[in-house]
Amino acid sequence: MDIERLVAMANDIATFFASEPDSQAGAEQVENHLRRFWEPRMRTAICRHLSEGGAGLSPLALRGVERLAEWRR
Amino acid sequence: MYSIDHRDLGTPASTATEEVTLEIDGRRVEVPAGTSIMRAAALAGTQIPKLCATDTLDAFGSCRLCLVEIEGRRGFPASCTTTVTPGMKVRTESPQLLKLRRGVLDLYLSDHPLACETCPADGHCELQSVAAELGVTECSLPSGGATQRGAAADVSNPYFAFDPDTCITCSRCVRACRDVQGTFALSIEGRGFESRVAASQRESFLGSECVSCGACVEACPTAALTEKSRIVQGAPSRVVTTTCAYCGVGCSLKAETNDTGVVRMVPDRAGAANHGHACVKGRFAYGYATHADRVLHPMIRERITDPWREVSWDEALGRAASEFRRIQSAHGPGAVGGITSSRCTNEETFLVQKFVRAALHTNNVDTCARVCHSPTGYGLKSTLGESAGTQNFASVMHADVIVVIGANPTDGHPVFGSQMKRRLRQGAKLIVVDPRAIDIVRSAHVAADVHLQLRPGTNVAMINALAHVVVTEGLASDAYAEARCEVDSWRRWKAFVAEPRNSPEATEAITSVPARLTREAARLYAAGPNSAIYYGLGVTEHSQGSTMVMGIANLAMATGNLGHEGVGVSPLRGQNNVQGSCDMGSFPHEFSGYRHVSDASTRALFENAWQVPLSGEPGLRIPNMFEAALDGSFRGLYVQGEDFVQSDPNTRHVVAALSAMECVVLQDLFLNETSHYAHVFLPGSSFLEKDGTFTNAERRISRVRKVMEPLAGLADWEITLRLAQALGYPMHYGHPAEIMQEIASLTPTFRGVSYEKLDRLGSIQWPCNDAAPEGTPTMHVGAFVRGKGRFIVTEYVATPERTTSRYPLLLTTGRVLFQYNVGAQTRRTANLAWQSEDRLEIHPDDAESRGVGDGEWVGLSSRTGDTVMRAMLSKRMTPGVVYTTFHFPESDANVVTTEYSDWATNCPEYKVTAVEVARLGNPDAWRTRKRDERAARTRPANPVA
Repeated sequence: MDIERLVAMANDIATFFASEPDSQAGAEQVENHLRRFWEPRMRTAICRHLSEGGAGLSPLALRGVERLAEWRR
Repeated sequence: MYSIDHRDLGTPASTATEEVTLEIDGRRVEVPAGTSIMRAAALAGTQIPKLCATDTLDAFGSCRLCLVEIEGRRGFPASCTTTVTPGMKVRTESPQLLKLRRGVLDLYLSDHPLACETCPADGHCELQSVAAELGVTECSLPSGGATQRGAAADVSNPYFAFDPDTCITCSRCVRACRDVQGTFALSIEGRGFESRVAASQRESFLGSECVSCGACVEACPTAALTEKSRIVQGAPSRVVTTTCAYCGVGCSLKAETNDTGVVRMVPDRAGAANHGHACVKGRFAYGYATHADRVLHPMIRERITDPWREVSWDEALGRAASEFRRIQSAHGPGAVGGITSSRCTNEETFLVQKFVRAALHTNNVDTCARVCHSPTGYGLKSTLGESAGTQNFASVMHADVIVVIGANPTDGHPVFGSQMKRRLRQGAKLIVVDPRAIDIVRSAHVAADVHLQLRPGTNVAMINALAHVVVTEGLASDAYAEARCEVDSWRRWKAFVAEPRNSPEATEAITSVPARLTREAARLYAAGPNSAIYYGLGVTEHSQGSTMVMGIANLAMATGNLGHEGVGVSPLRGQNNVQGSCDMGSFPHEFSGYRHVSDASTRALFENAWQVPLSGEPGLRIPNMFEAALDGSFRGLYVQGEDFVQSDPNTRHVVAALSAMECVVLQDLFLNETSHYAHVFLPGSSFLEKDGTFTNAERRISRVRKVMEPLAGLADWEITLRLAQALGYPMHYGHPAEIMQEIASLTPTFRGVSYEKLDRLGSIQWPCNDAAPEGTPTMHVGAFVRGKGRFIVTEYVATPERTTSRYPLLLTTGRVLFQYNVGAQTRRTANLAWQSEDRLEIHPDDAESRGVGDGEWVGLSSRTGDTVMRAMLSKRMTPGVVYTTFHFPESDANVVTTEYSDWATNCPEYKVTAVEVARLGNPDAWRTRKRDERAARTRPANPVA
């Protein structure tokens, strides 16, 4: 999967959930969205990208992907 | 002439609930107050002679044939214009009435050819029938008087002819055009004996404003307006009621056939979606079904550069199955997937997703709704709790304020557009939110009260500004919102939209809409009292498509405009079965009825029914499949009725992905653009060749009935069965009714649906279950499906697609009345007479600054690609915005659109592409280059060995 594309998608999702009352809730929503709508190989790719530093992920997207990686473990 | 099995009742039904009792020819009759004597008599079994009356039009009272006698009343009142009163005693027959009627008829016949045996209406002509009924066999008046006879016929319209010779000037055509269609193209010109039916200003029918809906043809009592197919093929003898396969209105149609095939389509007057109306596509443009381009034999090839080879069904299906198994053995179950079609039936889409999940053991299934209304599903489910529109179409007749956002109903959903225009002519207010001045903004006897001509890509800023006015000016329905919605979400949303940055004055810089117009629209919407929102792809096909759908739902909840007739949030679905394909579990993350695959109890239900373990992980969406194909992890695809190469954005990207796959199995009527990248071609069947159901934009499930046998031998559902069998997963169904039984058993919202009930009721709006055994016309009555409605904060985020000095214009795309989607159907009909190419609509100022004249070839370029098409100068555009359609593969419109998509659903942002338009110095060279590029992309051009 094109990681740049996945990073852009994750950032778009995070941008929407940035309006949640607090960043914890926002990160939860990002994680939940990735779990519900992203196919496993997409989740694997974004988690691998996170493990390599997560370049390009916005702060909220990064926290959401961190939660996703934690859930996968 | 109306359908051959229609029994006309003369005047429309009364909507009154109070009953009136009267006596007709000595028989006691009880009918609703306001019913005409003519209709009351017809309901009691007595057909009063008539010529100017028909039950889709208000009584006119001009032909004077329907005279009756009423006890205690002088004279002979017309039964069509006289309504019943309690105790009234009516005589429909008497020597005096017969004499009067024969006298009137004599006058008609004196100016009418009496060559019935050579007339195309012979046997179904109302004048002929009345003459027979009254015992008149010839005209008693002397010949040689003034006559209208001899005028030339107008055969300009490709579908029907107008023969003034047989016209009796009853005005039914004029009234149908005015009252049913709302186009006002026809009129009666001249007075007295000089009266003539005229199209526009004495123009030909084709050259006039006529939109060829055919309402006039159906209303005509004689052969004056007749379908050319009836003239050529002769009278029909059989009728099959089915459902149109074009847009999401889902008109009920009667296919009239004889030994030559389908003679004509006539809208079903009992059709609950269309009430006896149709458009040029549904009524006339069905010829594609028997077009010479239809592929009638399965075909295979090793490589996409090879020629096709015709093979047996077994060999083609065997090849597809063995390839899918080979790919899965080498690369895992997730290396393949399937696409269901919004043009196929519910039963067929259900089978394809079942095939993918159960036979291929993956959730990699998606549908073309991905690229149109997937944000509707996400947005409405999140806020209201159900992924569907809230109303029926008839609800619009109770609306006081109609808001049309990013939809073009008169072109895209013409039958509903006509109904909407009827309500507007009755006085409802209209707000249009659209970058273009679409027809409904100003057309005959209809004008928008407010047109918010916003800049493409700024919908969310606009909906927030409307909400800002509602909240800050105290126009919200606080009591409704607090009682029906989550209070915390309501308060949070109120505080958000009330922020000054969401005011019309602040957002004017974003939307380009003057703040006073935004305020005016918001006040109008909030004042209602019944305000209804209708929206289309101009809402969904944006990077904030889902956000905008939520914004619309927020506004409706905030003003109490949900849960009863006349209000609501109604997505106008593009294709005939977009709603159905979504309902049937076509999305990769959910089963039928919108239940997530990770839900263990739902999954167990399906596993038990299908006797196979199912994955609880979401599958790939269409754009994800393309990405996975490019990285080598997705290699096989079963495509039911879809043409990605023409319809999906960024054509080069799509082509690269398809070219990377090892086995693309395409099931379609024609060798479309995608077929250039297919390895197996399975010839599909049109809607005329199968049984099933479609679900329209108002959740209405309607029967599709087989009119003729599948030309290639198998209906689409049978092909999927055979493919599953070849893969070792037999599915046992003898008829689509059995598939619907399974759908009903597994889907709570369809629990009460069966073919028996559909035949009995005509159609059913889901949810249909124990709580609503005959369906649900209006949703969210009393409470939202999710319990409490949820307001969601909708922050405006500008699309990443920005204009630059290199690409200073914004392109938005859509469709026109006479063509449909990728044009696979309409391009193979005479609709080409109205539009035979895609054109670029551009404001005259933008054209002038580029030296572009009307009709000249221009280059259209974006950062993803370029193409050429002819310019059409139009003041419907706002400067800085251009528009085109994607009906013709030659135009390559999607070569220029981008991969940006909705954040939640990946629905592409077709509506915002930064482009430049340039006059072509050497158009021929450009066109040759584009033709060569396209040829290279599609080589070899599908030759059959």
